Amino acid sequence: MPKLTIDGREVEVEAGTTILQAAEILGIEIPRFCYHERLAIAGNCRMCLVDVEKSPKPVASCAMPVGEGMVVRTDTPQVQKARKGVLEFLLINHPLDCPICDQGGECDLQDEVMAYGFDRGRYAENKRAVKDKEWGPLVKTTMTRCIHCTRCIRFITEVAGVPELGATGRGEHMEVGTYVEKALSSELSGNIIDLCPVGALTSKPYAFTARPWELKKTESIDVFDAVGSNIRVDARANQVMRILPRVNDDVNEEWLGDKSRFACDGLVRQRLDRPYLRTGGKLQPVTWSEAMAAVAAKLKGLSGAKLAAIAGDMADAEAMIALKDLFTALGSPNLDCRQDGAKLGAQPRASYLFNSTIAGIETADALLLIGTNPRREAPVLNARIRKRWQRNGMPIAAVGPKAELTYKVEDLGESAAVLSAIADGSHPFAATLKAAKRPMLILGQGALARVDGDILLGLARKIADATGMVSAEWNGFNVLHTAAARVGGLDLGFLPGTGGRDLEGILAGAEKGEIEVVYLLGADEIDTSRLGKAFVIYQGHHGDAGAHRADVVLPGAAFTEKDGTYVNTEGRVQRTQRAIFPPGEAKDDWKILRALSETLGHGLPYDDLAALRARLAQANPVFGQLDTVQPASWASFGADGVPSAEPLTTPIDNYYMTDPISRASKTMAECTATFVGCAHKRTGTHG
Amino acid sequence: MSSTDDTFQPASFAFTAESLAKAKATIAKYPAGRQKSAVMPLLDIAQRQEGWVSMAAMNVVAEMLDMAPIRVYEVATFYTMFNLKPVGKYHLQVCTNLPCMLRGSEEIVAACKTELGVGLGETTADGLFTLSEVECLGACVNAPVIWIGDDYYEDLDLQSTKTIIQALKRGETPKAGSQTGRQGSAPAGGPTTLTTVGGDA
Repeated sequence: MPKLTIDGREVEVEAGTTILQAAEILGIEIPRFCYHERLAIAGNCRMCLVDVEKSPKPVASCAMPVGEGMVVRTDTPQVQKARKGVLEFLLINHPLDCPICDQGGECDLQDEVMAYGFDRGRYAENKRAVKDKEWGPLVKTTMTRCIHCTRCIRFITEVAGVPELGATGRGEHMEVGTYVEKALSSELSGNIIDLCPVGALTSKPYAFTARPWELKKTESIDVFDAVGSNIRVDARANQVMRILPRVNDDVNEEWLGDKSRFACDGLVRQRLDRPYLRTGGKLQPVTWSEAMAAVAAKLKGLSGAKLAAIAGDMADAEAMIALKDLFTALGSPNLDCRQDGAKLGAQPRASYLFNSTIAGIETADALLLIGTNPRREAPVLNARIRKRWQRNGMPIAAVGPKAELTYKVEDLGESAAVLSAIADGSHPFAATLKAAKRPMLILGQGALARVDGDILLGLARKIADATGMVSAEWNGFNVLHTAAARVGGLDLGFLPGTGGRDLEGILAGAEKGEIEVVYLLGADEIDTSRLGKAFVIYQGHHGDAGAHRADVVLPGAAFTEKDGTYVNTEGRVQRTQRAIFPPGEAKDDWKILRALSETLGHGLPYDDLAALRARLAQANPVFGQLDTVQPASWASFGADGVPSAEPLTTPIDNYYMTDPISRASKTMAECTATFVGCAHKRTGTHG
Repeated sequence: MSSTDDTFQPASFAFTAESLAKAKATIAKYPAGRQKSAVMPLLDIAQRQEGWVSMAAMNVVAEMLDMAPIRVYEVATFYTMFNLKPVGKYHLQVCTNLPCMLRGSEEIVAACKTELGVGLGETTADGLFTLSEVECLGACVNAPVIWIGDDYYEDLDLQSTKTIIQALKRGETPKAGSQTGRQGSAPAGGPTTLTTVGGDA
């Protein structure tokens, strides 16, 4: 390992490390615009110049690998002068429009100018003017501000895997763009806003709404998919202004899907901000006590068998355990958290987790996708697959819907019959999996949410066993969830109890009148027309399908408004934090259930969040360990049988609208119109 | 560079059999999996076929080489020698950099303008000539220079420029190279050294 000296301090780093990275290890900050640790090195902004002994000129430290005995100085007058020069050059054409620029206050260029800039310009010439580009409803461009760092080009090409951006022209005429005008079709396009070191790329929906120093920043967890991306919620007054990713190398690195980032405007639309009661066929506003009393009056004297509860895709674990405890107290075994009817649950934990872990994808060497389109179901996780594939390729095959994925996939057809062939070894891909050291499969909800879902689950388990996917240090069996609440619900056993009805049973029961009361905890993705004459209590935050059908509406809190626990698809327990308060009279979900239990005479035994969380940990010890993944033990699960011939599908047709929040979002509606409406007739380059 | 005004863009492009054979031969020069290296030769073949490189042509090249179209656009827009708009049969590219200017390129440009009746960057109405101003052509020793097709016309003056254009108008191919008759870039008044040939010195 080469040893070098930076500013008089010695450091030993791995060969191939750049000077900039070595300096970072020592805590010496070198200014940069184009360098980004998760992107390829470009070395074109020249801001990171340093002095290297025996080198006649300053050296771009981001692109210079360290050498044995190198003596680097980052603080000499020559370095200062070089950086000042580079910055002055950048400012020749960069407009001085910080007061009207959305990047103001969080702009790398602004910060560096504070450190290295002159207090006046020496150029009287006109600045370069560049026409703005139209990149769709999410990314706003002001291309005169572009300093040509090419971070966005590299991100879209390398990480997002949708090579649509490039630098056309040369010299002063160089422009970053798509050349043929088109919207960026990546589900990760919002990340280029974060990557842009200047105000060339800013958020379109957030444009001119707030300044970074006005925002209250709250660290939280994303619930729009089951990845559990770490986010930062930026709020002003009582409104979420924007959502940004936080770094968590085990989960989302530092990326965030467009829905998770931009659907936050849905948090102020269609909100349930007060209780409602259906009287005379119409939902009328009532007080909390009236609503509670109506529920109590309806439930009085009803046997538990006539009650049922369904938990939605964004329900927090706290609310689910409270609802489960309440229903247990009421004597009802009819619980289900699987809105899509996925055949998961009463089996070992390994059967419903992403056991390899998301970071583990990077160590896999063969992958089989079953009934899933990861690009739509979990774009951040998809980026991880691409990252692995891009490093040195890996065989990837898919049984299921044909999808435009961002890596090369061998299409094995849509029929589940192929799975039987892989399981018994007669399919050629079985040999590929067997030959791999760390093979993995990803089983999507498209395969599980079918009548024969348990057979497919069993088949996937057999494939895992037959191809050596499970060993002491590796488990390649993975279930990719689409709902943030799902693993939490399964961990809590929010499932039919002994003799209880599952989703299908509840709906069938409601149709026949055997189920008289259905409690929907934010459950909007079910077929509400099948609820028959049942008395429907809807607890949730948005006026969506569930509230539309409800007889009583109890307004709850969205994920930004409560301290909730969510378990991601890997089984990682993470917590959201309250960034703002629920609107109007809406309340924390568990508190609503706690109050209701009192009204019903079955007071739940927890009065504060700490006691409730103790109850969670008691229900399942995994809730006691935050931010870690506990390896789940392997056992036999799934059913035997022959799967039906029906082709496998993906549960998500429209990535931009999957839940009550994104359906209420104007931005997501625009995305749907732009990307989904014309997905098959793209113009220009797709010919 | 933007392609918002694209009325001149053809709907499709296809290599002729001859061009296609050339293109395939070019691709075969590169190791398997490195076919992308052929992007510039292929764009050149397309330009030689059509006179310019259209969007459709770039897309065809991208597909042939298994590249993202934007990667081809980047290359095509970077090099000024790829014409991204239709040009006349004869593309007159006059160098106006310093050495040529010192040797009278301004006069050459003026001669071209009057002779063709178009300005810089314009094409004559009959579609025969396009006049462009270009940066250094690397032939400073024979300045001033016009580049037409695959040939340089060097050591120009007002009269020889006019003669060349008139010849082209008649459909003739004027003699390329120095218009003063000197060999290569030998001194204008004839060689001053190595005046004898052979081993008799």
